[in-house]
Amino acid sequence: MTTTAERPRRTPEEEIRRHGENTGRFGAGMFNPRQLLTSLPDALRKLNPRHQLGNPVMFVVWVGSVLVTVFAVLQPSVFACAVAGWLWFTVLFANLAEAVAEGRGKAQADTLRRTKKDTVARRLRQDGIHTEQVAGVDLRIGDRVIVEAGEVIPGDGDVVEGIATVDESAITGESAPVIRESGGDRSAVTGGTTVLSDRIVVRISTKPGESFVDRMIALVEGAARQKTPNEVALTILLSTLTIIFLLAVVALQPMAGYSGSVQSVIVLIALLVCLIPTTIGALLSAIGIAGMDRLVQRNVLASSGRAVEAAGDVSTLLLDKTGTITFGNRRATELIPVAGCTAEVLAATARRSSLADETPEGRSIIELCAERHALAAESTEREHAGVFVPFTAQTRMSGIDLPDRQVRKGAADSVYGWVSKHGGTVPDEVPEIVSRISADGGTPLVCAELAGGIATVRGVIRLSDVVKPGMRERFDALRVMGIKTVMITGDNPLTAKAIADEAGVDDYLAEAKPEDKIALIRREQDGGRLVAMTGDGTNDAPALAQADVGAAMNTGTMAAKEAGNMVDLDSNPTKLIEIVEIGKQLLITRGALTTFSIANDLAKYFAILPAMFMAIYPQLGALNIMHLATPSSAILSAVIFNALIIIVLIPLALRGVRYRPSSASALLRRNLLIYGLGGVVAPFAGIWLIDLVVRLIPGIG
Amino acid sequence: MAGFAQLGLLLLALAVAYRPLGDYLARVYRGEKNNRFERRLYRLLRIDPDSEQRWTTYAAGVLGFSFVSVVFLYLLQRLQSLLPLDFGRGAVSPSMAFNTAVSFVTNTNWQSYSGEEVLGHTVQMVGLTVQNFVSAAVGMAVAIAFIRGFVRRSTNRLGNFWVDLVRGVLRILLPISFGFAIVLVAFGVVQSLARGVDVVGLDGAKSTIALAPTASQEVIKELGTNGGGIFNANSSHPFENPNGWTNLIENFLLLLIPVSLTRTLGVLVGNKKQGYVLLGVMGVLWAGMLTVTWWAEAHTSGPAAALAGANMEGKEVRFGIPASALWAISTTGTSTGAVNSMHDSFSGLGGGGALLSMLFGEVSPGGVGAGIYGILVMAIIAMFLAGLMVGRTPEYLGKKLGTREVSCAAIAILAMPTVVLLGTGAALLMPGELGKALTNHGAHGLSEVLYAYTSAGNNNGSAFAGLTVTSDWFQATLGIAMLFGRFVPILAVLCLAGSLARQRKVPETAGTLPTTGPLFASMLTGTVALVAALTFIPALALGPIAEALA
Repeated sequence: MTTTAERPRRTPEEEIRRHGENTGRFGAGMFNPRQLLTSLPDALRKLNPRHQLGNPVMFVVWVGSVLVTVFAVLQPSVFACAVAGWLWFTVLFANLAEAVAEGRGKAQADTLRRTKKDTVARRLRQDGIHTEQVAGVDLRIGDRVIVEAGEVIPGDGDVVEGIATVDESAITGESAPVIRESGGDRSAVTGGTTVLSDRIVVRISTKPGESFVDRMIALVEGAARQKTPNEVALTILLSTLTIIFLLAVVALQPMAGYSGSVQSVIVLIALLVCLIPTTIGALLSAIGIAGMDRLVQRNVLASSGRAVEAAGDVSTLLLDKTGTITFGNRRATELIPVAGCTAEVLAATARRSSLADETPEGRSIIELCAERHALAAESTEREHAGVFVPFTAQTRMSGIDLPDRQVRKGAADSVYGWVSKHGGTVPDEVPEIVSRISADGGTPLVCAELAGGIATVRGVIRLSDVVKPGMRERFDALRVMGIKTVMITGDNPLTAKAIADEAGVDDYLAEAKPEDKIALIRREQDGGRLVAMTGDGTNDAPALAQADVGAAMNTGTMAAKEAGNMVDLDSNPTKLIEIVEIGKQLLITRGALTTFSIANDLAKYFAILPAMFMAIYPQLGALNIMHLATPSSAILSAVIFNALIIIVLIPLALRGVRYRPSSASALLRRNLLIYGLGGVVAPFAGIWLIDLVVRLIPGIG
Repeated sequence: MAGFAQLGLLLLALAVAYRPLGDYLARVYRGEKNNRFERRLYRLLRIDPDSEQRWTTYAAGVLGFSFVSVVFLYLLQRLQSLLPLDFGRGAVSPSMAFNTAVSFVTNTNWQSYSGEEVLGHTVQMVGLTVQNFVSAAVGMAVAIAFIRGFVRRSTNRLGNFWVDLVRGVLRILLPISFGFAIVLVAFGVVQSLARGVDVVGLDGAKSTIALAPTASQEVIKELGTNGGGIFNANSSHPFENPNGWTNLIENFLLLLIPVSLTRTLGVLVGNKKQGYVLLGVMGVLWAGMLTVTWWAEAHTSGPAAALAGANMEGKEVRFGIPASALWAISTTGTSTGAVNSMHDSFSGLGGGGALLSMLFGEVSPGGVGAGIYGILVMAIIAMFLAGLMVGRTPEYLGKKLGTREVSCAAIAILAMPTVVLLGTGAALLMPGELGKALTNHGAHGLSEVLYAYTSAGNNNGSAFAGLTVTSDWFQATLGIAMLFGRFVPILAVLCLAGSLARQRKVPETAGTLPTTGPLFASMLTGTVALVAALTFIPALALGPIAEALA
């Protein structure tokens, strides 16, 4: 099980910067008003009633628009024409919201489609030696193809032979090439990517037209978009409200008739359209599309909107230790001198022992020495002449042989042997220090020097897992959101506990085997919790499938990618946290705009009811608290506000409501204040302002 | 001052009874043992008290039992001339018999008849009083089955309707009714099988003052939030409600079970605060409407009010304005419908308060059983929105609110506005019917029609008395409104219970929106008020609001 991306590792500073960018608002890029214009043709196409049927609220507006238009044609008046026009605008604005959201996806799909060049594949025949030329689209599952440097991989599959560097920038946008090799967890290749060096044999694992890129295109285009369960539930609630308001308006006519003032159908339809939740009805699908889009912007592909929603509900997060919580490799964190040796001497020895050591551990020792003891990170001329002794499985030591001395660092037992062989003795305190470091979950490296014929132990270097910066804060934030984090590691329980405490996770699973993971997921799910996890190895696949949100790393195997319901193209396991936040933001945006939409109705009543009935009950004029000029201007202003608010809120729907991890109560209080109270107040101001303009129209004011 | 004393005593009595009764109700429905009488009854009726039912079977039980009850009650009235103690009042007309049968089975107790003129003691005792008991017990059974949906996990069983029904009657309603009937008799409520007493008035005219077995029916009339008086004048009649003390006791009885059921909910779901918060919401709505009506009645000026010193038209001098307002809001808020004053004579705003109390959907605190399931449905709607706003699939009391749950809740809240608005609208389109029925015109006339359908659709049963509803058209449409208003929500609620019970329980985490604090309480109160307001503002504007602003 590997969890580290083979991409150049980020420095802690970069991590912090990225982290800073990732918190707070999840923008899907800037919203450009020009998009409204470019999406207009699409929006006009969506006026087709068959398209409107899918959205009950907007369908009612559509029918209303048709009716008012008919009446406006039969009995033309400025008022009738204006209402008809603005009702059509309402429908159009709703279409526009959806078209803009889709348009952003389409642009991405076009980029992807360019990778789908017609490729010619060299398919291996049954004999396994001879090849034949076939078109990429004719490849079937199980076919084996040869791809060499400079060629495009014709389809999704696993490398079964060879090793190669592959340019995956077409899919991931990351320019650094990645290594793909047969066996292990880095065997998956994606159709459309280019082999840069060497030669591999790929076994095709998907049918043409169902490849990863095909699915990606369908997803970002919204073609495969289905309403998510939560969206369906909300649509039902909105339809119920629509029916209630329909009844209220239908019943109003006989009441008005009884009271002595039969209302015109135009006015009744205007009232109905103002009351039904058009704001959320118009923006609902745009919110859903934009939510998926935000994931794509973060280089995450979700197989369905359902998975994104589930992410918002996750209450247990399984995180691999290595690469997610800690940096992929252990780093030197402490130098412990022994037997009268000073820290400076030990540092000098440790530095020399690692000068030629290009492993991450070795580099980290140099960095530590440079940082704490201001020793040069580069070799001097003299040191350069030394002979590097590389680490081998037999010696379990590495070091350097200089003309005047030899330096070694390595596993305790090996160094002990080396020291005794060269006439030295190991001070008693060394084994103690070594076992203490092991107990704390670190790795001890004993550092010794041979000078003047006698070997001396200089001290011990502590290598430990370094928790990535900012992780503790993130876990704290998750805890506030009610999400439990569980660290998964193959380490022994002692080590695991030490790192778990340092990172601030709630729980850990030590010495974890794949079946332990599944058992843990099942246990959490039986308790009613939703579980999210990341994974990349084939042995992760069952757990990825079992988890409610399974994010597979793009570097992983095909099996893992098939099992999960999301793929992270950046192969950054930390992104799970962002996925959860995007899922939540999606639901919050829906809830906030629904509340806003319903809260708006109060002001609209205050505008329209006095306008309708002041003629028979002058006392109802007291309700005209906005002092709207005339009944016509009042009704028209409400209709115009109702249409314009959709346009105003499109950027918010696309961007999503601001989300900050905090307790449920705090979130609700904040959103109720902004969107509930704001929803009550805003239309009073808006309608009043619009009326100031509308009253100037002859025939209205 | 006396008004505040009455209010204080009422609240004190409710506070004292709240805990023991709420706990007792929980024990009754949770208990597994049946007493000897019950066991014999189950054996006789071939009911296996240990077999639990799916929601469909439970609902079939409710519907089947109610249907048989309607038929029985209808026939009883139609065949009244064959029954003893009918005093020659004869068979009830078909439309009135249908309306009355539906009215009592649906716990509405809307009365298009005048008790002492149309019905004899047999129909009153065997028919109406029995329905007063069982229709209330049906309401409680549905509420308990609904609560079980929240409590239980991964099951499709909601309990046994027949057992819940029997226990509700035998262990809860009968004992309390028996005890309080004796108390009421002690305070002067009539209990007699005689037809009446003949008297000679001061002017020498002879008349008969009707008597009836009142006390025995009076208690269950309030306790079961029924409200169908044995006399036409209902609780303003001196034989039903002779003095301040009986008034207080009856007012207490009609609030008793709906209020205590919130405690039962808290006990059953294992978190008493969940019950308190619903009680708080009910209390705020009740207190708000009480303030409006009390204030409106106390500050109404007009020629009649000026003459009497206060707006005393339609009110009993022995109760005065405070006790009348208190009763009006309690009876409309509990779907009882019994009256101790004529709501038709209230001021525009005061009558509007009573009307709005019903339009909230009878949740302040609502009918026996119906109140608690009503407010739980509203809580589901409120939590759906609130849940979205905190970024999680909404959940309430540990159960997720998905498509099915929201659909059921939507149907439950749709039923009432549909029958009220369509009924009122249709009635106003019938000028012929209106001409015969309405005594007032203009805004007040509209209020009367709206009130009638509101009362029927919410299974309240109180009347803005100015409307004559004896025509076949009103009898039929109001009857249908009562049926829809009662059974559509019941079916939706049971379906909802079935789907909730099937779920596992979602554990509470820091991310769970707490439903025990003031934030949830205000959100729920706001939802109830806003839904009612947005649905009915146009209708109210042409009725009570136009009246009040005049």
